[in-house]
Amino acid sequence: MTVETQLATSVPQRSSNNKMEDNKPHREDVCPGKKHKLDLKTAHAQIAATKGPEYWRSLEELAGSSEFQEMMHREFPKGASEWLDAVSRRGFLKLMGASLALAGMTACTKQPLEPIVPYVRQPEEVIPGRPMFFATAFTLSGYASPILVESHLYRPTKIEGNEKHPASLGGTDIFAQASILGMYDPDRSQTIAHLGDVRTWGNFLEAIRGPLSAQKAVQGAGIRILTRTVSSPALADQLRSVLKLYLQAKWHVYEPVNRDNVLEGAKMAFGQPVETQYRLENADVIVSLDADFLYAGFPGSTRYIRDFAKRRNPDAGEMSRLYVIESTPTSTGAKADHRLSLPSVKVEAFARALGSVLGMNSGGDGVLDRDQAKYVAAIARELQSHRGSSAVIVGDHQSPSVHALAHAVNQALGNIGRTVVYTDPVDANPVNQTDSLKDLVADMRAGKVDMLFIMGGNPAYDAPADLNFADALKNTNIPMRVHLGLYQDETAELCHWHVNEAHYLESWGDTRAYDGTVSIVQPLIAPLYNGKSAYELTALLAGQAEATGHEIVQGYWQKQHPGADFDAFWRKSLHDGWLAGTTFTPKSVNLKSAAFPPSAVGDIKSIEINFRRDPSVYDGQFSNNGWLQELPKPMSKMTWDNPVLVGPAMAARMGLKTEDLVTLELNGKKVTAPIWIQAGHPDNSITVFLGYGRRRAGRAGTGTGFDMYPLRSSATPWFTTGVSISKAGGMYILASTQGYQTMDTGDGVTRPIVRTRSLEEYRKEPDFAQDDKPPAGLTLYPGYNYRSEPYAWGMAIDLNACVGCNNCILACQSENNIPVVGKEQCNKGRHMHWIRVDAYYQGDRDNPKAYFQPVPCMQCENAPCELVCPVGATTHSSEGLNDMVYNRCVGTRYCSNNCPYKVRRFNFLLFQDWETPQLKMMRNPDVTVRSRGVMEKCTYCIQRITQHRIDSEREDRKIQDGELQTACQQSCPANAIVFGNINDPNSQVSKLKANARNYGLLQDLNTRPRTTYLAEIRNPNPELEGQRSTAEHG
Amino acid sequence: MDDPTQVETGRAPVIGPGYTFGTITDKISSIVLTRPTSTGWLIGFGISFLIVMVLLYAIGYLFLRGVGIWGVNIPVGWGFAIVNFVWWIGIGHAGTLISAILLLLRQSWRNSINRFAEAMTLFAVACAGLFPLLHLGRPWLFYWLFPYPNSMNYWPQFRSPLVWDVFAVSTYFTISLVFWFIGLIPDLATLRDRAQNRIAQIVYGMLAMGWRGSARHWHRYETAYLLLAGLATPLVLSVHTVVSFDFAIGIVPGWHTTIFPPYFVAGAIYSGFAMVLVLAIPIRKFYGVEDFITERHLENSAMVMLATGLIVAYGYVMEGFMNWYSGNVYENYNLWNRLHGPYAPWYYALLFCNIVLPQVLWIRKFRTQPLWLFLVSLDVLLGMWLERFIIVVVSLHRDFLNSSWGMYYPTRWDWAIFIGTIGMFAAAMFLFIRILPMISIFELRTLLPEAEEVKSE
Repeated sequence: MTVETQLATSVPQRSSNNKMEDNKPHREDVCPGKKHKLDLKTAHAQIAATKGPEYWRSLEELAGSSEFQEMMHREFPKGASEWLDAVSRRGFLKLMGASLALAGMTACTKQPLEPIVPYVRQPEEVIPGRPMFFATAFTLSGYASPILVESHLYRPTKIEGNEKHPASLGGTDIFAQASILGMYDPDRSQTIAHLGDVRTWGNFLEAIRGPLSAQKAVQGAGIRILTRTVSSPALADQLRSVLKLYLQAKWHVYEPVNRDNVLEGAKMAFGQPVETQYRLENADVIVSLDADFLYAGFPGSTRYIRDFAKRRNPDAGEMSRLYVIESTPTSTGAKADHRLSLPSVKVEAFARALGSVLGMNSGGDGVLDRDQAKYVAAIARELQSHRGSSAVIVGDHQSPSVHALAHAVNQALGNIGRTVVYTDPVDANPVNQTDSLKDLVADMRAGKVDMLFIMGGNPAYDAPADLNFADALKNTNIPMRVHLGLYQDETAELCHWHVNEAHYLESWGDTRAYDGTVSIVQPLIAPLYNGKSAYELTALLAGQAEATGHEIVQGYWQKQHPGADFDAFWRKSLHDGWLAGTTFTPKSVNLKSAAFPPSAVGDIKSIEINFRRDPSVYDGQFSNNGWLQELPKPMSKMTWDNPVLVGPAMAARMGLKTEDLVTLELNGKKVTAPIWIQAGHPDNSITVFLGYGRRRAGRAGTGTGFDMYPLRSSATPWFTTGVSISKAGGMYILASTQGYQTMDTGDGVTRPIVRTRSLEEYRKEPDFAQDDKPPAGLTLYPGYNYRSEPYAWGMAIDLNACVGCNNCILACQSENNIPVVGKEQCNKGRHMHWIRVDAYYQGDRDNPKAYFQPVPCMQCENAPCELVCPVGATTHSSEGLNDMVYNRCVGTRYCSNNCPYKVRRFNFLLFQDWETPQLKMMRNPDVTVRSRGVMEKCTYCIQRITQHRIDSEREDRKIQDGELQTACQQSCPANAIVFGNINDPNSQVSKLKANARNYGLLQDLNTRPRTTYLAEIRNPNPELEGQRSTAEHG
Repeated sequence: MDDPTQVETGRAPVIGPGYTFGTITDKISSIVLTRPTSTGWLIGFGISFLIVMVLLYAIGYLFLRGVGIWGVNIPVGWGFAIVNFVWWIGIGHAGTLISAILLLLRQSWRNSINRFAEAMTLFAVACAGLFPLLHLGRPWLFYWLFPYPNSMNYWPQFRSPLVWDVFAVSTYFTISLVFWFIGLIPDLATLRDRAQNRIAQIVYGMLAMGWRGSARHWHRYETAYLLLAGLATPLVLSVHTVVSFDFAIGIVPGWHTTIFPPYFVAGAIYSGFAMVLVLAIPIRKFYGVEDFITERHLENSAMVMLATGLIVAYGYVMEGFMNWYSGNVYENYNLWNRLHGPYAPWYYALLFCNIVLPQVLWIRKFRTQPLWLFLVSLDVLLGMWLERFIIVVVSLHRDFLNSSWGMYYPTRWDWAIFIGTIGMFAAAMFLFIRILPMISIFELRTLLPEAEEVKSE
């Protein structure tokens, strides 16, 4: 048995009725002995010299030695932390051999040395080889994504949406899915540390006892707690009880991607904080004012994508119409029927003009040009003719006034209660977070703070530049600074104590989804490194040092649900993934006034800069997540970087090319970064993304990209004007995974890749997408009669539904053990994603139309790849799958050359990490881990097909339609991907394939693809369509 | 025109005047047996040997890390390795053409150049044969391409042209080796008889396989040689036809075309003769064998080059025409991309090297003056390498889906292995010149007027 499986399987686990095993510290205190040098080589040699059962003993002995402790505390093996070569991003995988020793020491509990015997009785529910699924929830900025976690012998391996939860309905988001890698991240903080030295929980308790009791005397006047957004009812309750205990203590909240504007907007309009929810399934007309509501990070986006997609079916019901007025191009803008590219500073004017036309006297004249005014007029007409079935959605980064205006507009249109619903806020402590942090920094500088607890978050990196938080932390005399975090990051570096945080998959908790529904966060595995959760740390402050996360959370909910049926209630809640009756009920609120003060926008003639959360690494908290780093961003398909986005017109005017380095200067702060020319970006405006340029993120995130926080100030966290751009000279290589982002080729032809029409044209000519379909039987080889087989697998992808959210890519990566290759390899075109989402821009580069197309393997019936493989490593199954036999592959790459869809991926080097024990635990045991020199590709998740075939055969039935889902299909919030048996005429996929919009990509090559697409239909407003085309021709 | 060696045809003779059986034998065998090893040879061999070491290093690193050290990627799955493979295989073709087809056609002038042309074939095929093995993702499993009995009862996939390649190239190498060796036997016997050194006597003696020059030996030899020539002749056409199938079978625009087999064969001979001239011109100069390899040989080779070059030019024209005539957007784009895409300069360079410049061979001066011919031949070799680059890389880098377009940049390891094989080829040629008769002694003797007298007696 290998080290890690032993560790994993013998961890005592709960099922939903078991109490979590107590995690009291096992380790003896570490005595800081003499420091001998111990490097990796020596450690390896020591381990290698021993064999068999002695292995553990040698680790034990090793553990006792102070050199080893020193090595552990270094976090990385010697040499690794000094390894700053950019090329080494892949190389770090190699180095992780060291983690064998590390993980043996630090993970989980110690094993007995005596021989132990496996199960005598098999634990209930556990069937070796069959995964179990546990409901829990992932929280991002306070909003929960309800998820199911696949667990193989109590090792969590994959995250899926919770079908039964209204905020998921089976879909999920990229951040939730990637969090599984976050848990296994070998760079996570593994120990408690004091000034960088390894300490134990006992040491920490001891150290904190004195100062804490000293604070009692002054009612906690020196205690400050800084958290991220907290939506957890239990934690909020705990924190409030700490505040009761120490009446003068303060709880501050800060999150770099915060919703202050939303809060202030609500206060401005209604005088109280409210949560705004949308019912997009009821909306015929949706107007987005800079709101990226179809991408992860927008509260409720998973549900909104589903509701939006439902109304985009041209064959059923009335198609909705989406107007997007936005600055930075987003995937939401790409799905719009009309997208107006407008600098952020002008969005308020647009909103005011819209309000004025709708009779609100909100001003807004003089800023918009004639075309923009036409948009206002057209949208206003549409809204007026769809009273009660329209919705105006505002992005978090727009000013409070725009939010308040949108509330007024929605109210005036009678949308409240129909398409727009108000509830209590999800945030348990809805305060202005920027102000909250400002207060904290002021107190710190005034010397009022004696004990600072930073629970989660990384303010030393991501606080507004003008607050100079890192400086305040470092140079003010706070006697005790404690950081609780997953990583020993920039903030941990500046704190006395660092407590390694337990990942949410390792700890108990609770959280709220966008609709208020509470989910209990269940741990899937005992903390890998004995981490502590915020609940436990807060309990410590409240004087309950011994309380476990489980006791705290369960105890809180027992108080809320005191009946005798609590056990049943608790079990059901854990099982379902949410607590019944916690969903917020709609709230009726009244508009206080309709006059909202204009926001200061500065000089709108000067260049505007937008700060946005990164589509992949968010605010920087996912910087060290290789899956997210390598996830192509929805519009630019960029990986591993955050270039400055510049529109084509502006780039042409300034003579800038993609990859040119420029220096941005704002308020005396300078940042040098490369640019990326982004089609559709408004002129005189640039966008930068947060979350990169980390100094202490880990091997994937440290030094990747450019830190934009120095330009961001507390007054203008989202956009401001007056930035200056100058060429810095030189180039910087950017790794985009898509070669060419338009279907137009240089010779004046537009290739029929994404087929699209307007709704009107589609009604006239429904089978427009079919014209190049070759007749059946057009091949020299005798055909195979797939129709006589019980199953013929096929897939249909509805391009109309797809919103380019990237979920399928991550689901596939997680399901199929797909490696991360690093920037250098991505730049060479060697990324490994089995499914990709192509983005194509068509038309005017300043405001193009954009289309998404997910491309998995087409499983061609006449597969060009199979014909050319010299060793028969890729062959066709009787069920129509284009199978890949990894063991047989010798790596000629001929199949990839001959694949017209280029969906095959090759292990040019040893891309997979074969050494890091944590990552081994994460792998899906049902899927082969590929080595170098082998071709790989999408197999329609053949492991799932096989599993369901076995199950169905045992029950003597056929696989039912819908019971079997591929990973991409399962994660798709839009239901755009449908997989099933095309031999069954009643299956969902057969019905879709019978649709007039159904076409095969490159079907004229007679490859007879099993994956087909449903052509995209847009629903433009004829009034604006005319105007747009004249603008184009003019 | 005032060259005294010219005969009434106005062309140079195939052998200089004043030679007898004895002087021919003396002259050629002395290069191997008696002349001291020249400094030039030592320097040339030394440099080639160093390059071979670079090759071995590069191969070692390749096996250690994987093909990712090259510039290959998705979409360009084949890069320098396949370009070089096709280039080297093509070069080999001239040797077989000279020794087999010209023998059957009774073109006796070939007798002076066939030996080293055959050696060239052998070494070129050896260089070529390295690449399919090196370019595998898992080269240690190369034998899975052979139909060998195994416990899995699993065979290669015979529909794949790569399997045909295995057969074509291995057959070609075997036949070339046997043919070359059989042709060497009478001369090896001569060397055995003339060698003074004991070791040389033993080695040449063993290699000569007991050749005594009896009438029966000669009779059997002639029959075997003729039969092998008959066997090798179809290979001249078939090997490069099969190689062209590697591309023609694929559906990639720029590959999927029926003109490839004849066009590849013509191209192979084109580059092969260029290599023959690149080798012959310095050899005849440095070893003073201008009388054996005369202007006549140079001119004949130049004319073959001109003719095959024109076939290749026709191939380009037809390729372009069919790209356009197909009316297929992907085929159309392939042509457009060659003319306007990122690799357009290379395509124009190819047209210049392979079509424009070789037209100077219509002028006699360029066919007979060694220096000019040498330069034209180098140009053709470069052009033919570019042709393979255009076919392999430029077709792949932009195929059907725009989203998957990419670029190919060779890395230092690509270059190291390419230049390494040139070094290996050169080193093998140096060794060959030094230890074996580079010109067939006995066949050259049949060109002398005395041979006619012997025959008529």
